[in-house]
Amino acid sequence: MEKRIRVPLSREDALSLKAGDYVCLTGTIYTARDAAHKRMQEALERGKPLPFDIRGSVIYYMGPSPAREGRPIGSAGPTTASRMDKYTPALLDLGLAGMIGKGRRSPAVREAVMRNRAVYFAAVGGAGALLSKAVTSAEVIAYEDLGTEAIRKLTVEDLPVIVCMDAEGTDLYETAAEEYRK
Amino acid sequence: MRTVQVSHITDAIKEMCIQVNYELSPDMRRVFEEAERTERSPLGRRILGQLSQNLEIAASDRIPICQDTGMAVVFLEIGQEVHFEGGSLEDAVNEGIRRGYGEGYLRKSVVDDPILRKNTGDNTPGVIHCRLVPGDQVKITVAPKGFGSENMSRVFMLKPADGIEGVKNAVVAAVEDAGPNACPPMVVGVGIGGTFEKCALMAKHALTRPAGEHSQIPWVKELEEELLSRINGTGIGPGGLGGTTTALAVNVETYPTHIAGLPVAVNICCHVNRHISAML
Repeated sequence: MEKRIRVPLSREDALSLKAGDYVCLTGTIYTARDAAHKRMQEALERGKPLPFDIRGSVIYYMGPSPAREGRPIGSAGPTTASRMDKYTPALLDLGLAGMIGKGRRSPAVREAVMRNRAVYFAAVGGAGALLSKAVTSAEVIAYEDLGTEAIRKLTVEDLPVIVCMDAEGTDLYETAAEEYRK
Repeated sequence: MRTVQVSHITDAIKEMCIQVNYELSPDMRRVFEEAERTERSPLGRRILGQLSQNLEIAASDRIPICQDTGMAVVFLEIGQEVHFEGGSLEDAVNEGIRRGYGEGYLRKSVVDDPILRKNTGDNTPGVIHCRLVPGDQVKITVAPKGFGSENMSRVFMLKPADGIEGVKNAVVAAVEDAGPNACPPMVVGVGIGGTFEKCALMAKHALTRPAGEHSQIPWVKELEEELLSRINGTGIGPGGLGGTTTALAVNVETYPTHIAGLPVAVNICCHVNRHISAML
């Protein structure tokens, strides 16, 4: 069973999602990884605005490979989310509603997810060619000098993801492995 | 003495960087197909199906298999009767990487300094390992390494008294720790023996051995089989979302070591285990 969800994420949709749900996302998301998170944090420390409206937004932890002529993007799979853990609680407290990545999150991120009723989605790591097919447009909107690490505004159509941590803090990585452990 | 123009090294490396990032070698495809047949978790099978589809799209639509097209690791086995002409060998290797990553639409993921972190813009330098061997040929192996899994790799300086059980526990612990972060199903390279750096290098080199081929040493082959079974019993599964396929292969290399030591390195690679070789 698949759920089709619009992004930016409404409060109602965020609360309806449960760990283990297979979801197709359609709408607008933003890419940011290590270097862009560092810059966003520096902006906040200096009292400057973030490069996009974070309220209700979904950030995709992803740095694409270069696009060929006539295509919106190159390979576009998730990077390891835990490297962003240091920066994430502050963004969630500002209204970030969802994140797409891969791998485990820190206890502090989990608390912030629960506190703000947010969602952490996993995309399948290493499926960058397949996932790129869901991206219909991409535009660099900030930190262009960072190359692949620049912030991109993406339009996606049915981007396949799995709810890994829901607003209740249920973590699929913890529960799923137990089922098949010998 | 045989003369080899370094420009030929550049050309070969350029082609290999491109080829390996768009198409996995036949050994990796075989272990993939096997995993799709044996995986017990329905979600796990669905993820493995997506990964197979991903490989097809990568090859047909010319999109890199993974956006992390890696830091280029290059192994050179140089025949001692070879004389290189036309410039610096190291520069020629890096020029091949530069052209491959540029012309191949591959991601530039290398920063010039580990602390200052400015992207070099052309994915150079690569990491080059040279070995002198008898003969007059040059064997080049290109193995671009993604860092989701590289970050989860470990070196353990065990005690001789820890023995083979200590080795097994160390490898399984590293895999459990890596879990979903390393994009399972993984290929696990293990180096046992040597010194601190030698075991790490063996672990890396072990990843270039075709998946599904075992060590010639009987006890090492048994160890590879047991480790694969134990790792697949962790339940981590495809994408880390549960299942019976956590690793596709475990490749172990060994070397003599010191009376006081038992170094073990575990180099974890994701399912996009890219390796390609050519003889010049």
